[in-house]
Amino acid sequence: MSSIDVPLRQGRFGQTSRRDLWWVQPLVVFCALSAFLIYANWAAFQGEHFRFGPYLSPFYSPELWGDPVESWFGAKPAWWPGWLPFSAAIIILWAPAGFRVTCYYYRGAYYKAFWADPPSCTVGEPRTHYRGENSFPLIVQNIHRYFLYLALIFLFFLAHDVWKALWFTDSAGAATFGIGVGTLVLAVNVTLLGGYALGCHSLRHLIGGRRDLFTSNTRRNAYVCVSCLNRRHMLWAWMSLFWVAFSDIYVRLCSMGIWTDWRLL
Amino acid sequence: MAQATFRIWRGDSQNGSFQDYNVESAPGMVVLDAVHDIQGSQAPDLAVRWNCKAGRCGSCSAEINGNPKLMCMTRMSTLDLSQPITVEPMRAFPLVRDLVAHVGSNYRAKKSIRPFKPRPPDFPDGTWRMHQRDVDRVQEFRKCIECFLCQDVCHVLRNHGLHEQFIGPRLFVYSAALEMHPLDTESRAGALKHSHGIGFCNITKCCTKVCPEEITITDNAIIPLKERVVDEYYDPIRRLFRVFTG
Repeated sequence: MSSIDVPLRQGRFGQTSRRDLWWVQPLVVFCALSAFLIYANWAAFQGEHFRFGPYLSPFYSPELWGDPVESWFGAKPAWWPGWLPFSAAIIILWAPAGFRVTCYYYRGAYYKAFWADPPSCTVGEPRTHYRGENSFPLIVQNIHRYFLYLALIFLFFLAHDVWKALWFTDSAGAATFGIGVGTLVLAVNVTLLGGYALGCHSLRHLIGGRRDLFTSNTRRNAYVCVSCLNRRHMLWAWMSLFWVAFSDIYVRLCSMGIWTDWRLL
Repeated sequence: MAQATFRIWRGDSQNGSFQDYNVESAPGMVVLDAVHDIQGSQAPDLAVRWNCKAGRCGSCSAEINGNPKLMCMTRMSTLDLSQPITVEPMRAFPLVRDLVAHVGSNYRAKKSIRPFKPRPPDFPDGTWRMHQRDVDRVQEFRKCIECFLCQDVCHVLRNHGLHEQFIGPRLFVYSAALEMHPLDTESRAGALKHSHGIGFCNITKCCTKVCPEEITITDNAIIPLKERVVDEYYDPIRRLFRVFTG
């Protein structure tokens, strides 16, 4: 029997008795979210190469202002501040971004990866003071359900983009039905975003979780369906995040002539 | 048989240290077996709390290699025996001695939760009828064995010591079992926000990861309770709706 002096109290930042590679997961989350943030900001401020044939990048959908012909309300609005570079994406991206930032899954993930609060389970933290989501600014996370409402509206626009991606203009200028790789890319995108948004914890609450009695089998079935998606919420969150960026890359590279969009039908 | 070295915390709330003990590892052995072996042959004064040795009583909670676990459910074959196996008491609670922590704060906090208040009986014989579809949700919460591993791993209690302001995951599961019960008429949203500190939870899901009963604590208990608090206090449209509907 030998003796080793180790104080039994919560220690400094990073102190733990864990032997596994606990730092890998927060590091991967940090790198993945940082890479997405950098790319999404870069792509949003480009303001070009977001349309190719019938395809529209999901970062720019719906295009409220921008292209005088294709957008809903015409060119750049007069009220747009002169010092801020204009892009059709900036006007809309705050809504899906807000949905992800206030998402219950992402909150837990980025509190660990970006704030080390905590860095991982049973690992020492850098700060002694803690307020959680009780006060400003994190109390604002409670508006998640309002971003959900917006995200559900966006799903309709993105589904409509898939419909439009089925109609190609032929050499005579007529719209003909077709399916390209880009059509599939956009279809997968709306499917993954649907799986993510429809498995939202707030939707699960609003659709039936807020009640102690379901009152009908329809409500109960709806709750079960949302719960089913909710069980894999993390997976949907990451797959949809990756694919929405890939969809933009696909449209962008096709528009720049670097990639060729193959017609399947 | 393989040799295993156990590095066990010995001491009380004032001072202590880790001490190493060598144990022969036999097939099928769990950590609690090894601790009993040490207690029987090398350290008869080693304090350890245990009872059923079957993962049902929740008594033998400890931290094994830094991970909160039940000692009776942690097989030696799942551990790397080439390095010393660290066994510590739960760090989120005051230490009594060696591997025994004082978990009394959890029972005090439990008393602060409004008890079950059923609606009037549905039938003259004093009974109620419930649909299985309404009961399904709360049945998961009844699996809790009160091992308090979720309380131990929660950084709000463990790292910040907010035991007086935050009741912790176990008691949110208890609150959810009452709050979502189809017969219950009591509202606990106010207490959850003001005195039970649900806003301190930042959804790390550590509690879900350590639960030996695999209760989905964060997704099925804490987040639904957070949403009920949002209904009551942070949703302006719902508040406006309540003004008109009373």
